[in-house]
Amino acid sequence: MSDTIVVLPDQATARIPKMNFLSKEKGLLSWLLTGDHKRIAILYLISISFFFFIGGSLAGLIRLELLTPQSDLMATDTYNKVFSMHGIIMVFFFLVPSVPATIGNFLMPMMVGAKDLALPKINLLSWYLYMAAGILAIYTMISGGVDTGWTFTTPLSTHYVNTHVITTGLAVFIAGFSSIFTGLNFIVTIHKMRCPGMTWFRLPLFVWSNYAASILMVLGTPVLAIALVLIVLERTVGIGVFDPTKGGDPLLFQHLFWFYSHPAVYIMILPGMGVISEVVSTFSRKRVFGYTAVAFSSVAIAVFGFFVWAHHMFIMGISNYAALVFSLLTMLVAVPSAIKIFNWAFTLYKGSITFETPMLYAFGFMGLFTIGGMTGVFLGSTGTDIHLTETYFIVAHFHFVMVGGMLMAFLSGLHFWWPKMTGRMYPEKISQLAAVVTFIGFNLTFFPQFILGTLGMPRRYASYPPEFQILNVFSTAGATVLGVGYLLPVLYLTWSLKYGAIAGNNPWQATGLEWQVQSPPLTENFPEIPIMDHEAYDYEWLERQNVSEVASVG
Amino acid sequence: MTDLHDKPEQHEREHHIVSPKIYLTIVCCLLVLTATTVAASYVEMGVFNPIVALAIAALKMMLVVLFFMHVKYSTKLTKLTVGAGLFTFLVLVGMTLADYMTRAWGRW
Amino acid sequence: MSDSTAIAHGAVGAEHEHPSYQRHHFETIAQQKDATNFAMWLFLLTEIMFFGGLFTAYLIYRNWYYPAFVEASHQLQIGWGTANTAVLITSSFTMAMGVWSAEMRKKSMLVFFLVLTFVLGLVFLGIKFVEYHEKWEKSHVPGLRYSVQSFVNPASDPEVYKEYHDKPLPLDMARHTELYFFLYFAMTGMHALHMIIGIAILGFMIFRARAGAYTNGHVTFVENFGLYWHFVDIIWIYLFPLLYLISRHQ
Repeated sequence: MSDTIVVLPDQATARIPKMNFLSKEKGLLSWLLTGDHKRIAILYLISISFFFFIGGSLAGLIRLELLTPQSDLMATDTYNKVFSMHGIIMVFFFLVPSVPATIGNFLMPMMVGAKDLALPKINLLSWYLYMAAGILAIYTMISGGVDTGWTFTTPLSTHYVNTHVITTGLAVFIAGFSSIFTGLNFIVTIHKMRCPGMTWFRLPLFVWSNYAASILMVLGTPVLAIALVLIVLERTVGIGVFDPTKGGDPLLFQHLFWFYSHPAVYIMILPGMGVISEVVSTFSRKRVFGYTAVAFSSVAIAVFGFFVWAHHMFIMGISNYAALVFSLLTMLVAVPSAIKIFNWAFTLYKGSITFETPMLYAFGFMGLFTIGGMTGVFLGSTGTDIHLTETYFIVAHFHFVMVGGMLMAFLSGLHFWWPKMTGRMYPEKISQLAAVVTFIGFNLTFFPQFILGTLGMPRRYASYPPEFQILNVFSTAGATVLGVGYLLPVLYLTWSLKYGAIAGNNPWQATGLEWQVQSPPLTENFPEIPIMDHEAYDYEWLERQNVSEVASVG
Repeated sequence: MTDLHDKPEQHEREHHIVSPKIYLTIVCCLLVLTATTVAASYVEMGVFNPIVALAIAALKMMLVVLFFMHVKYSTKLTKLTVGAGLFTFLVLVGMTLADYMTRAWGRW
Repeated sequence: MSDSTAIAHGAVGAEHEHPSYQRHHFETIAQQKDATNFAMWLFLLTEIMFFGGLFTAYLIYRNWYYPAFVEASHQLQIGWGTANTAVLITSSFTMAMGVWSAEMRKKSMLVFFLVLTFVLGLVFLGIKFVEYHEKWEKSHVPGLRYSVQSFVNPASDPEVYKEYHDKPLPLDMARHTELYFFLYFAMTGMHALHMIIGIAILGFMIFRARAGAYTNGHVTFVENFGLYWHFVDIIWIYLFPLLYLISRHQ
């Protein structure tokens, strides 16, 4: 048994195919006015990486400030702005579009056997809206930013701060429409453009996950939009909707805000889970265990995700009865996620496992997401939530699922499909090192925060009691390691564009329609629309293909 | 088992052209219902006033959706989509109102 | 590495005898029609949820401040509201007839119905402007120009008083009428914004329809716009009873 499944073409004679989506047209305008989903995906990849590093730098500033118990690096008002902008940029400009807009945009049409998404112009519009929103957010940040937290909680954001709430709200509003259009495009494509033979249950699970996330994007994001509109109206005109002196209820904002923002976390994680399904299957050489269960649990997460939002509001003044119902529903929504973890574990069981970089990140995901998810159960239970909410326990919880989970899944997918997108392999050894460094750095950064939370350190505070310092120092040290772990891929992935090994069509010997075409793909993906005649993750079918193929060129 | 999506027969429904007679009937119903709801608002029915008003509005909505928007003649997918939208709307309104209305129930 | 043998090739003989308006990523014109129609419905779903937030706010505050909402709603003239409802319902009819004309490839009929819809849309906006202007005159615009005089002392407003004989509201409840008007302006304003966008697109469509763009078989644009227009009508169908017909009996 070899320790790698990678099969590359003979490097002496292999070349990047002359005709591909990158070489088809040249020039800046051919990129800025493209309808090609693959080019739009690359545009998104560059943009979200840029925003990730801005958000990451803000995180670095947070951790620097928290090295010492006093608020000595920056004024507390500035600290409030730093963590607010960190949250806004990371959530709206990195996590929400990360997998769908980059990997999803690039691969989903190929996975269903289509030549493009259903609405290519809307796809391009989606990117432009994202960029407009992003530029507005950066401008706002430079002009002073907001200090309300990414949650814009009322009445602080409407009546008590003098910062750029309106422009930031507008930026998020625009970014929301970017997200809506991506989701809308995906849903139409999956329903209407599957190739002949591609039934729902032959779709890769990555498609199912993106489908579920897209439903959330389309149905949830508009409620965030109206919540932001109301904040703007409250701040400008003074309508009184969230103003107790005029009879309004500040909690109404939270209902509207979290009605989106809870499904938003599933928008963020579901595509990542889709990546993990693909990666775990490929690197165990086994079909995903319980395909139907995983497919339905993706949709179940989406549906149930709409019923639990008030668990973010347990201490805010909702009625006890509402808290009870939402708590119960929160317990239920954990079940489909757990089903997926179990199914991945059973996929690994008796599989031929190899440890290439995507698989390392996938292992990291499975462990860290499980921990993050389980701590979510502590928070979903109202009794424990009273003590843990608004402490560092929450911060640790969501960073475990979002960074330990989602970001690792994004990196896993990026590495997995990098050969397909660029035609080149990334350097394996350094990337495995980066994955391990990331894992170590992550745990060092965020595990102490669980302890800090249970000990009582509040979140969003620039200063804290001195007895918490040692754990904060560990956390900051971990953040430094984590930073290195995230910087390395930027360097070696860029390097690989020129010097990486030629990958060929299917370096991972994976199933899936995207691996049966050249790398990088043609602009139209397929010369002719394929006919799907086998089940998903059919490794026996792949075996039969390879047996009958002719290996030499010319 | 191959399952070719979009069988040719399904496209026939694209060409199901709803006749102007039906449109005329519907618009007359809608105008009558409008008059009805205005009249009903002048009648004291206690707690039933809003119920009647919303019921009439819902009926008008169904007429517009089914006939003007052709949903009666559309695919199951379209009907499911409309249903999903209404369902999510009801979840937003219903569960939020559930919080507000149970606040007055006090502590356990 | 094999790249083409792994894929069974698709339908042979699909020599592209497709209409000029078919985009190349679609295999058939029917697929394009289906997909764009479905996309329009999904967009309407986002609109349902967008207005949903406002309806939620309305239901909460109406529940909390019912007396204020009743008296505040008496400030809206039921005549204008009913007229607007009739206008919008009729415009939905003319829009549906427009779609029918396009499907039947009757160009001048299509233009006629589109123009009619356009005009009815403008009439609606005109009436709304009259109503908004009246609200401004009476200082019932939240945040900008608001006075609770009409509710603390209803007799000071003779036209409304002689119809409803409202009782004076205590000051704190009278202040909550501002929330009613915020909802009135926000909901009808948001609705009017959607009307304005619709009318603008109608203008563009009339121009294109006269050139025969929609009567050559390519009706999708008109059909999908029709869906949008009917949706805007449905929003009003709910706004009318909720805002105008809370309780007109005294």
